[in-house]
Amino acid sequence: MSARSRVPRLFAVPAALAVAFLAVPLLGLLGRAPWGGIAAELASPRVLEALRLSLVCSLGAVAVSVVLGVPLAFLLARVAFPGRNLVRALTTLPMVLPPVVGGVALLLAFGRRGLAGQWLDRALGITLPFTTGGAILAEAFVAMPFLVITVEAGLRAMDRRFEDAAATLGAGRWLTFRRVTLPLIAPSLFAGMALCWARALGEFGATITFAGNLPGVTQTMPLAVYIALETDVEAAIALSLVLLAISLVVLVALRDRWFPTA
Amino acid sequence: MLRSRTRLAALLAVAAIALAACGGGDDDSGGSSGAASSGEIKVFAAASLTAAFTRIGEQFTAANGGTKVTFNFAGSQALATQIQQSAPADVFASADIPNMDKVKDLVGTPQNFASNQLQIVVEKGNPKGVQGLDDLANADLKVVLAAPEVPAGKYAAEALGKADATVKPVSQEDNVKSVVTKVSLGEADAGIVYATDVTAGGDKVEGVAIPEELNVLATYPIATVKASQAQDQAQAFMDLVLSAEGQRVLKEHGFLPPPTT
Repeated sequence: MSARSRVPRLFAVPAALAVAFLAVPLLGLLGRAPWGGIAAELASPRVLEALRLSLVCSLGAVAVSVVLGVPLAFLLARVAFPGRNLVRALTTLPMVLPPVVGGVALLLAFGRRGLAGQWLDRALGITLPFTTGGAILAEAFVAMPFLVITVEAGLRAMDRRFEDAAATLGAGRWLTFRRVTLPLIAPSLFAGMALCWARALGEFGATITFAGNLPGVTQTMPLAVYIALETDVEAAIALSLVLLAISLVVLVALRDRWFPTA
Repeated sequence: MLRSRTRLAALLAVAAIALAACGGGDDDSGGSSGAASSGEIKVFAAASLTAAFTRIGEQFTAANGGTKVTFNFAGSQALATQIQQSAPADVFASADIPNMDKVKDLVGTPQNFASNQLQIVVEKGNPKGVQGLDDLANADLKVVLAAPEVPAGKYAAEALGKADATVKPVSQEDNVKSVVTKVSLGEADAGIVYATDVTAGGDKVEGVAIPEELNVLATYPIATVKASQAQDQAQAFMDLVLSAEGQRVLKEHGFLPPPTT
């Protein structure tokens, strides 16, 4: 913090405004919170139901993302297959696509009359819209890119000589992956899972569009906040506080990664 | 390493922008403080009024020297909450009386201007052969209703109660238009909506009448908002809705006259 920092002094004003801009909405939420009745609000059956469902769906989305996304991250990081950049662009598309558009696309793809959905319906009798499976699918669609790009970055940054050493010692690809690569990228994998989980937990647009809104089946926390806001503002604030607390926990857990103290 | 970090940060930033852009959808008034003098009014109206009020809005603009009418169509319960939170509304038209009562301290004297009846909405050709409310209790049928917070959802529950039918909906939509959408996309087999929504739903859906004794008459009240900076124009819009011309447009879109008290 010496004179050598060479930051234009004027920057302090817009920077302070930026901090206020981000902080005031949080203060608004905290200021209006029904602190006295918050325990009762949170213990109500519909809040507990939404909370339980949110946990099930977001963890389900993380599971889907890990199973499908980690192998994809490996291919993207290690194999120079034709069209790799196209695949990478496609992978990250849900991050920039408005979630409602994602929901509409999911309906047209996996709905009962959808491209793949009509086949699922006829051959296997599976319909995804209006089911918890559909909510998990919607959340995974939006959240998986966060896991893939984080794991891919971790794979690119790791020292591959350890893998080479394992190979020279006779370890096969699978053993090398399990005993050498996986432990080395574990921090990236956990960070990716946490990001993916946080995004899935907050998913709203794709979920309400594709999976609908039914308490206990597809009404996750963000949907419950939205519906509650229209009739019971106190309940909406209480639910929002829970989501805010969870977000803070994720931030704190990932602080070393995002805010290196160096 | 540095490059991928930077790229990740850039992607996250873009993602955040995209999220913010799509989250701010329905409170986008786009107006400025000078709106009143430059001739613009904001009408908050129940989703079921979308087609009829858009038409009346065009007539209002034509008859009032280009005064623009901006609509905010949503579930009446959402609109009432927005008005309670001081959203910039000049006129409020609700699909039921309770939501108008919720804001009664914030609006002028409401007047009933239309009423509406419920119908069962099914896909064109009625492939599942739905005849009445009883059929909706069939567990093989995917039924979508409006959420109980939404007037249309509350009316639907009333009608189902009268018919003594227990229906397990697969979704409780946030407004009545979404119910029609889910049926017209083929995702749901049936829904309960206003007769006017079936008309507005186009050629992908059709209605199954609900007998008079089981049906519910939804009453639509309209009022000007006290905080409005454009009282005269707000009153003029309300007068147009209540005039013979406004009533003709509403009738064209399938609305019934308000109940006589």
